[in-house]
Amino acid sequence: MSDKRTKNILLVGVGGQGTILASKLLTLGLMEEGYDVKMSEIHGMSQRGGSVSSQVRYGEKVWSPVIEKGSADMIVSFEKMEALRWLEYLKKDGKVVVNNHEMMPMPVIMGKADYSPDIIKEMQDNCKDVTVVNATEEAVKLGNGKVMNIILLGTIIKAMGLEDIDWNKIVRENVKPAFVEDNLKAIQVGMSLV
Amino acid sequence: MKKLMTGNEALVQGAWEAGVLVASAYPGTPSTEIIENMSARKEIYSEWAPNEKVAMEAAIGASIAGVRSLAAMKHVGLNVAADPLFTFVYTGVNGGMVVVTADEPGQHSSQNEQDNRNYARAAMIPMMEPATSAEAKDFMKEAYEISERFDTPVLMRMTTRACHSKGLVECGDRVEKAPVKPYEKNAKKYVMVPANAKVRRVVLAERMKQLEEFSEQTPLNFVEDNGSKVGVITSGMCYCFAKEVFGDGVNYLKLGFTYPLPQKKIAEFCKGLDTIYVIEENDPLIEAEVQRLGFEVKGKNTFPAYDELTSDVIRKCVHGEEFETIDYDKAKVVPRPPALCAGCPHRGFFYELGKRKNVMVTGDIGCYTLGFAEPYNAIDSCVCMGAAFSTGHGAAKAFEQKGEDTRVVGVMGDSTFFHTGINSLTECLYNNSKTVSVILDNRITGMTGHQENPGSGKHADGSDATAIDIETVCRALGAKNIRTIDPNNLTLMRETLDWALGLDEPSVIITKWPCVLKKFSEDDKAKFPTAYKTKDVVDTDKCIGCKLCLKTGCPALYIDRETKKAGIDSLQCVGCGVCEQVCPKQAIGKER
Repeated sequence: MSDKRTKNILLVGVGGQGTILASKLLTLGLMEEGYDVKMSEIHGMSQRGGSVSSQVRYGEKVWSPVIEKGSADMIVSFEKMEALRWLEYLKKDGKVVVNNHEMMPMPVIMGKADYSPDIIKEMQDNCKDVTVVNATEEAVKLGNGKVMNIILLGTIIKAMGLEDIDWNKIVRENVKPAFVEDNLKAIQVGMSLV
Repeated sequence: MKKLMTGNEALVQGAWEAGVLVASAYPGTPSTEIIENMSARKEIYSEWAPNEKVAMEAAIGASIAGVRSLAAMKHVGLNVAADPLFTFVYTGVNGGMVVVTADEPGQHSSQNEQDNRNYARAAMIPMMEPATSAEAKDFMKEAYEISERFDTPVLMRMTTRACHSKGLVECGDRVEKAPVKPYEKNAKKYVMVPANAKVRRVVLAERMKQLEEFSEQTPLNFVEDNGSKVGVITSGMCYCFAKEVFGDGVNYLKLGFTYPLPQKKIAEFCKGLDTIYVIEENDPLIEAEVQRLGFEVKGKNTFPAYDELTSDVIRKCVHGEEFETIDYDKAKVVPRPPALCAGCPHRGFFYELGKRKNVMVTGDIGCYTLGFAEPYNAIDSCVCMGAAFSTGHGAAKAFEQKGEDTRVVGVMGDSTFFHTGINSLTECLYNNSKTVSVILDNRITGMTGHQENPGSGKHADGSDATAIDIETVCRALGAKNIRTIDPNNLTLMRETLDWALGLDEPSVIITKWPCVLKKFSEDDKAKFPTAYKTKDVVDTDKCIGCKLCLKTGCPALYIDRETKKAGIDSLQCVGCGVCEQVCPKQAIGKER
């Protein structure tokens, strides 16, 4: 444990995109490293295609499992619009990694609202550190579209300086054997993107 | 060994270590994962009951028979189960029994925000409130000791954040031999006829006195003296939120055993303090007790009486400040309300029902409540589990009394039907209302994340069960007009609604198609061999961009920004074919 100050990571996306598995692996790695870890997520109705978040906090001693507005060290968004929705949780000098992928919310599908083409620009104009990654495409290139979430986990590992944790072990212990190799490759791809 | 666990997982670990042998529940956010995890512990018999009252009664029976038992439910579930609970506190236990209530400050997935700490007072049942996953495990073990020592069930009050957040838990072993008691007939204790209940009522009053004394002594209620003139009295997850804001800068009275409250300990803590904060979500229960003892407190005059008291809320209320946030154009953010999944078998039904005029639709609790939203606007009311048919019945009688010809359609799912919908339908049939009662049978409990139910043919642990047939149940209740149909066939759906609305007496429509997210059972595979096996695509030469397909409200459909024609997201589409039937130009078809 190099830094004892509590760190906050917010993983956001659309229900069904796999934020929960990514944050589970992240927290297990952090625990292995000796950090106190808390994680919060909301299950239930919002899962049905709604906006979802997994909140991960780690440090020497963590009390609340919930990240406050203006205090996330990093936001990792599995979808573009969701990054903008949760941006007020970011610290002034926090990092954003956003998957360059759009999922249309129902008001857009119904023609009652527009999905702005300037989402990325809006973030880049107002935040210092925004990285856009094509995690969905990269996952398809790996031959398994579902590992998009693990690619994004890779970006967290790199951006938060967590490379020393034995992720190989964490994945082997917590992922079905058939998917271990795909997941390990996905972490490497993610790390190379930031 | 240390494990990272949700509060729900930690409760299971505690119950397992304590030697619990029987556990029963009905799924409900945020309590669902308790039985889900329990069913993986082979030493414990755990089950999904048809509803919370039944779950409570099963746990009561197990306790009387002499084993440690558990019942778990969400906050509104305890309303359903309140009847047996209020009398079981009179009889007391044989084997220890714990009732978990999972409350929802913030209403993340609930129809109301009731504070079930009030139940402890109303029923006179001792209550505990863990703040962390580690406490959830420890408190659960302690609760069984308290239950058996004081001959009473114990209420374990959780909240969404306590249930669903993860923290580190030191896990132990299960007791070597589960503590069981002999079963002995004892009518004076367990048969609550008035003569016996009056005696037990006095026993209950005596027990409360002993519990008050216990509350003063137990280390579950402890003081953290940081030498401050400011004190915080709090319980449950609010303790964690308060620690985040105040750190070690104030004194704390952290309450783990919260009914009955330790009055002497509270008075002792408050003496000499300049400022006392009571930090509790929802109702001012601790606050009222502290005030009654003669101390002035900052409670609901400082913090809101609704929603969660997360650290940002406390920070703002106490210090008048929040962390600085990034400024950006929030108008670019489009809301993303939950929606029926691509391929959801409820879609065809709501698409057709939403087009009907002069119809009132009474809804219920489940994914299908989303039928109220755009583009269907096809649910007019939603109150509680099982209410669709009975509220529909009352509405139909009211329209009759008013001399109006508005028709009423009630809508609920299969699991809700077994929960309390059977009683609800009985009302329509017995008291003969001109209602159309629709059971959306997707062969699983959907919204809470796929728990088995009496109609699904499986138990909580995945083993085979007798599948209770919904149509047979309806027929046995006396329903004469019943049709079971495939809701993805829009013509059939339309004709069936015409048939039902044309009748002058009660009718039942059962739409039968498995949930798109369900792991198919062998029975599902045999009965629905074609389900979700294809994908639809748009022929852009034929598409005229009329957007009629969007009226199905499918999240896989979109209009291309450049071509202005419809498209289908192949990652989401599962080929239900509803949009195919809606397209006036036959521009949508199966992918080859």
